[in-house]
Amino acid sequence: MSQPKLSLSGISKSFPGVRALDDVSLELYSGEVTALIGENGAGKSTLVKTLTGIYHPDEGEIRIDGEVVTLTSPHSAFELGITAIHQETVLFDEMSVAENIYLGHAPKTRFGTIDLRAMHSKAKTVLEGMGAGHIEPATLLKELGIANKHLVAVARALSIEAQIVIMDEPTASLSHKEIEDLFVLIEHLKSEGKAILFISHKFDEIYRIADRYTVFRDGGMVGKGLLADSPQNEIIQLMVGRSVDQIFPARDSSIGEQVLSVSQLSHPTEFHDISFELRQGEILGFYGLVGAGRSEVMQALFGFTRPSRGQVRLDGKPVNLKSPADAIKAGIVYVPEERGKQGVVADLPIFQNVSLPSLHEISKNGFLQLANEFALTREYTERLDLRASSLSQHAATLSGGNQQKIVIAKWLATRPRVIILDEPTKGIDIGSKAAVHEFMGDLVGQGLSVVMVSSELPEIMGMSDRVIVMREGKIIAEHINDETLDAATLLRDAAGIEEVAA
Amino acid sequence: MSEQKTIMRHIPDRLDSPLHSAIFSWQTLLLTVAIGIFVINSFASPYFLDPWSLSDATFNFTEKALIALAMALVIISGEIDLSVAAIIALASTMMGIALQFGADTPVLVVVGLLSGLVCGAFNGLLVTGLGLPSIVITIGTMSFFRGISFIVLGDQAFKGYPIDFAYFGQGYVWWVISFEFVLFVVSAIIFYALLHKTNFGRQIFVIGNNPIAAQFSGVRVGRVKFLLFCLTGLMSGVAAILLTSRLGSTRPSIASGWELEIITFVVLGGVNILGGAGSILGVVIAAFIMGMVTFGFGLQNVPGIVMSVFTGALLICVIALPIVVRRFRKGAIE
Amino acid sequence: MRWLLRTREIWLGLAIIAIIGGTTLRSSNFASIGNLADIFNNTAMLMILALGQMVVILTRSIDLSMAANLALSGMIVALLNSSFPGIPVPLLMLIATICGLAMGAFNGILVWKLDIPAIVVTLGTLTIFRGVIFLIAGGKWVNADQLSPGFIEMTRIQLLGLPLLSWFAIIIALLFFLVMSRTPIGRSLTAIGINPTASVYAGIDVGKTKFISFCMSGAAAGFCGFLWVSRYVIGSVEIANGYELSIIAACVIGGVSIAGGVGTVGSALLGALFLGVTNSALPVINISPFWQMAISGGAIILAVIFNSRGSGNKGRIILRQEVPKV
Repeated sequence: MSQPKLSLSGISKSFPGVRALDDVSLELYSGEVTALIGENGAGKSTLVKTLTGIYHPDEGEIRIDGEVVTLTSPHSAFELGITAIHQETVLFDEMSVAENIYLGHAPKTRFGTIDLRAMHSKAKTVLEGMGAGHIEPATLLKELGIANKHLVAVARALSIEAQIVIMDEPTASLSHKEIEDLFVLIEHLKSEGKAILFISHKFDEIYRIADRYTVFRDGGMVGKGLLADSPQNEIIQLMVGRSVDQIFPARDSSIGEQVLSVSQLSHPTEFHDISFELRQGEILGFYGLVGAGRSEVMQALFGFTRPSRGQVRLDGKPVNLKSPADAIKAGIVYVPEERGKQGVVADLPIFQNVSLPSLHEISKNGFLQLANEFALTREYTERLDLRASSLSQHAATLSGGNQQKIVIAKWLATRPRVIILDEPTKGIDIGSKAAVHEFMGDLVGQGLSVVMVSSELPEIMGMSDRVIVMREGKIIAEHINDETLDAATLLRDAAGIEEVAA
Repeated sequence: MSEQKTIMRHIPDRLDSPLHSAIFSWQTLLLTVAIGIFVINSFASPYFLDPWSLSDATFNFTEKALIALAMALVIISGEIDLSVAAIIALASTMMGIALQFGADTPVLVVVGLLSGLVCGAFNGLLVTGLGLPSIVITIGTMSFFRGISFIVLGDQAFKGYPIDFAYFGQGYVWWVISFEFVLFVVSAIIFYALLHKTNFGRQIFVIGNNPIAAQFSGVRVGRVKFLLFCLTGLMSGVAAILLTSRLGSTRPSIASGWELEIITFVVLGGVNILGGAGSILGVVIAAFIMGMVTFGFGLQNVPGIVMSVFTGALLICVIALPIVVRRFRKGAIE
Repeated sequence: MRWLLRTREIWLGLAIIAIIGGTTLRSSNFASIGNLADIFNNTAMLMILALGQMVVILTRSIDLSMAANLALSGMIVALLNSSFPGIPVPLLMLIATICGLAMGAFNGILVWKLDIPAIVVTLGTLTIFRGVIFLIAGGKWVNADQLSPGFIEMTRIQLLGLPLLSWFAIIIALLFFLVMSRTPIGRSLTAIGINPTASVYAGIDVGKTKFISFCMSGAAAGFCGFLWVSRYVIGSVEIANGYELSIIAACVIGGVSIAGGVGTVGSALLGALFLGVTNSALPVINISPFWQMAISGGAIILAVIFNSRGSGNKGRIILRQEVPKV
C-alpha cells in the first residue's frame, strides 16, 4: 500500500461568494474502501463533481498512479477509469439494463454498429459476476427497484473496468437486506483491486465496510486515518468540531403561548405520524440526515403537498391548507431549501422578488404602486443588511447569502406568525450566515415562531430551543436544548446507531 | 454586531434612470428600425405617405396584432397557443351558423366572442387542468377547431352577413381612422396596463421565470395560465369578428397560417420564447414594422411570399444577434 | 420486457386493425391486399417524415421546417430535371437528400452553437425556405410536361407487387431502425432526451447530438422532396403546405413524447399509418373527407392525454416499505 491509486493535493474550488473546497487532499488505495465523512455543505459533492470532470479545480493536482492528470470533461474521467454511482442514481429509465451498462462503450460489430447480442451476453456476464444474475439485460431500467438500479450502476462501473469507483450515499434509500447485498458487492470490488470512495452519513455502515476515512468540514480536510485505529467518538468530534467563525447570538426570548400544533400528519410515501407543537417566540430545530423527510413535512405544512391524514391547528383553530396561498394567508411561510429553484426568481429585480407574496397589500385595485413596492422592499432588505447596489438589480447577480436574505425578506413582508426555514444557511458564506442567525434571534424576539430545518449540528445546537430528530420519515426523538444535550446524541439519533461505550 | 445594526445601509431604488434604461432597450432598437423602414418606404414609393393608403396598410396587421397582444402574455408565462388561427376559423363558422338562424349583428358579436372564449377555456383546461404540454395540445386543438369548421362547411362558404356587421372590419371612426385601428390602439393600452401595471401582470412574469418559486410564493400558477388561455381565445374571437366582417364571408380556410405570423410578431417584439420576459410596447412596434414592410413590398409589387424570406431571416437574426454579441463580449473579456 | 412501450404500440396497432375491420364491414374490398398496399403507399412519405421528426423530438426539440424543406428540395430537383433532363434520376435523389441535409444542418447549427430554441429557429427557416422556392422558381410551377418520364416513373416502378415509393419507405424505416437500435448515435439521441444531465456524465455531447438529429430530419425531408414531386408530378411553392403539423401529429399519435426521450421507430410508423388508414377509411364509410382534420386533431389530444397518464409525480419514497406492526 505504498503508492495511492488516486491522490488529490491542494485542491481548491470557489464559487461566487463561497469557497467550496479549500486546499483539500485525499488518497484512495487499490483494494481499499475510503470513507468520506462530513456534514452537508462540507464540500463532499463538490469533490465528487471535481473527480468526475464536471467541475474544474482552481488549484491543486490530481494524480493517478503517481502521474498528474487533468479531468477536462466527464468523458476524460471516464477514460481514466473513474466512475461515480450517484446519490440520485443518474441512469436512463427508458433504456434497457444492457443499454444503461454500455452507453458510450458498447461492443461493436465489424460494420461499426452496436453488437446487441454481444452487449447482452457481456452484460449478463458482468451482472452474474457480481451476483446479480437475477437482473435480465433486456429489462427496462424503470421496471427495477432502487436497489437493482444501484446494481446496474455498479455493473456499469465494472463494465468500463473503472479502477476508481465513487459511491455517493449509495445506501440512502435501500432496505437493510439490500444494504447487506451491496456490501457483499463492495467486498467483491475490493477483491478485484478497485479503489473505492464511499460517502455516507451512517457510522455503522462506515465501520462495517471502510478501511480508511477522511473527514471534511466547511470545505477543508480536517482529519484522516485508518478506521481500525479511530473510535467513533473521535470522528464525530472531528466532523462536528465547532468552527471558530461561528458565534451564535445570545438571546433571551420569552417563550409564550402555543401557536401551531400539528397532529398525526402522514403521507403515503414520505412521512408518518408527525406530531409537534410550536410556541410563540420559540425556535424549533428539525435535525436529521438528508432525505429523512423533514422538507417534505414542511412542504405539506405549507400546503405544497397534500398530507393523507392529520390536522394542523393555528392558535387552536384547525386550518385547511390546500395551497401555499392558503398557508400564507393563515400566516405560515416557508423559506425553501432549493433557493435557486424554489426561492428566488433569478431574472427579476430584487424589489419584484420581495413584493411577490405581498402584491395585494402594496397595490390599489389590482394596480401596482411602485412607491409602496420600493418602500416595502427597502424596509425589509435593510433590516436584513442586504448588500446590493440597487433594488432594481437582478437577483441572479447576488451571492447565495444575499439571495437568501431576499427570500427571507419576501416572507417577513407578509408579517407571518410562523416562519419555516429549510436549511437557511446552506451554501452561503460565513458573514451572511451570521446575519441570518442574528436575524432569527430578532424574529423570535418580536414574537414570531420559527421552525428551522437544518443538517448542520452547530446551527441546530446554537439556535434551537428544542430539537426534533427525524429519521426515515418519522420523528425519532425530541430534546430540550440545554447544557445536557450533546451533538453526539443527536447524530446517533439521526443515523440510527446505538450508543457505544466511549 | 450591534454596531452594524445601527448603521443601516441605504440601497437606492435603481442606478440607471428610467430614461437611460429606456434608451438602451429593445423597444428603442425596434423603434429605430420602424422609423428607418418608414423613411425608406416613403422614398421608395410616392403612394406610401398618402393617408388613405397608410390607413389601408393597417388592415393587414391589426387583426393579427390583436391576438399577438394576448399571445405575448401566454408566451411570457412560459406557454404557447398554436390554435389561435383555428379559433378564428371556428368562431367565424359559429357566427355563420348563427347567421343561418337569422341572428342580427349584436348576436353575431356575442357568438363570435363566446366561441373564442370557449375554445380558449378548452385549451386552458387541457393545459392546466391535466398538466399537458401546451405546444402539443394546441397543435391538436388547432386541427380539431379548424376541423370542425371543415366538417360544417366543407368546400362551401357562409355569406350574406348583415350590412351593419360590415362596420367592424370596414368602417371608419373618423376620417381615415378605421374601427379596427382604434380597437387595436385601445386594446394595446389595456394590455400594456394589464401586463406592466397590475398584480396579475407581475404574476405572469414570475410564472414565466420560475413557476416553482411562483407557486412557493403563493401565486396560483394554474389559474393564471388558465385565464391567459381564455384571454387568447377571446382575442381570437375578436379577430374573427373583424376578419369575417372585413371579408364578408366565412370559409374554413380563413386565417390559415396566421399562428406562425402572430408568434413572429411576438418574438420580434422582444418576448422571450422560453417565457419570463417581454413587453407590450415591443410587440406593438413589431406589429407596425411587419405591417409597413408588407405594405412597402406590396407597393413595389413584391409578392408576399418573398416577404416571408425577410420575416424568417429577421426572426432568426433578431434572436441570434444578442447571443452572438454576448458571446463576443465575453470572449473579449476573457 | 419492454412491455410498457409495447402496450402503447400494441393498442395503436389494434386501433388500426379495428378501423380496417370496421371499414371492411362496410366495403369488403377495403381489406384486400391491393387496397392495403395502396394505403401503405399513400402513407409512405408521411412515415419517412415522421421518422425524421421523431429523432428531433426525442432530443427535446422540434422541427417545424420539414415541410418547407421538402418543398424546397423538391423544387430544386424539379428545376434541375426540367433544365437538364440528362442528369440521372438517382443522382437527383441524392441531390435532394443533400439539399435537405444542408437545410437541416443549418437549423442544427443555430440550435447547437447559438442555443436558440428549436421552435424559433425552425419557425424562421420554415418561412425562409418557402420564400426561397418562390425566388429560385420565379414564382412559376414545374408541371408534368417539364419533368422527364424517368423522374416521374421513379416512385411508380413496381417491384414484387409494390411501387418503389413503398420500398423506399421500407428501406428507410429499416435504416432508422438500424441507427436507433444498433449505433452509438441512436443511443445518444434517446439518452439526451431521457436525462440530459446523466448524458453529460456518460460523456455525450448534447448540442452535437441535437445537431445530428436535425441533419437526420433534414435529410429525410429532402429525400421526400424528390418523392413528392415524382409522385404528385408538380413542383410549386405550395406543395406540402401545412404538412409539418401532420408529421408532428403522426409522432404524437404514435406515442412519441414531446418531453423527449420516449419514442421508437415503430411508434412513428404506427402513428403515420393510423393517420393514413383513417384518411382512407373515411370516404368508404361515407364520411366526408372534411372530417379528416378534426379526427386527427382529436386523436392528437387523446394521444397526449393517454401518454401523460401515470407519469405524474408521486412523491419521494422515504418511509421503509415494511409491514406495520399491529
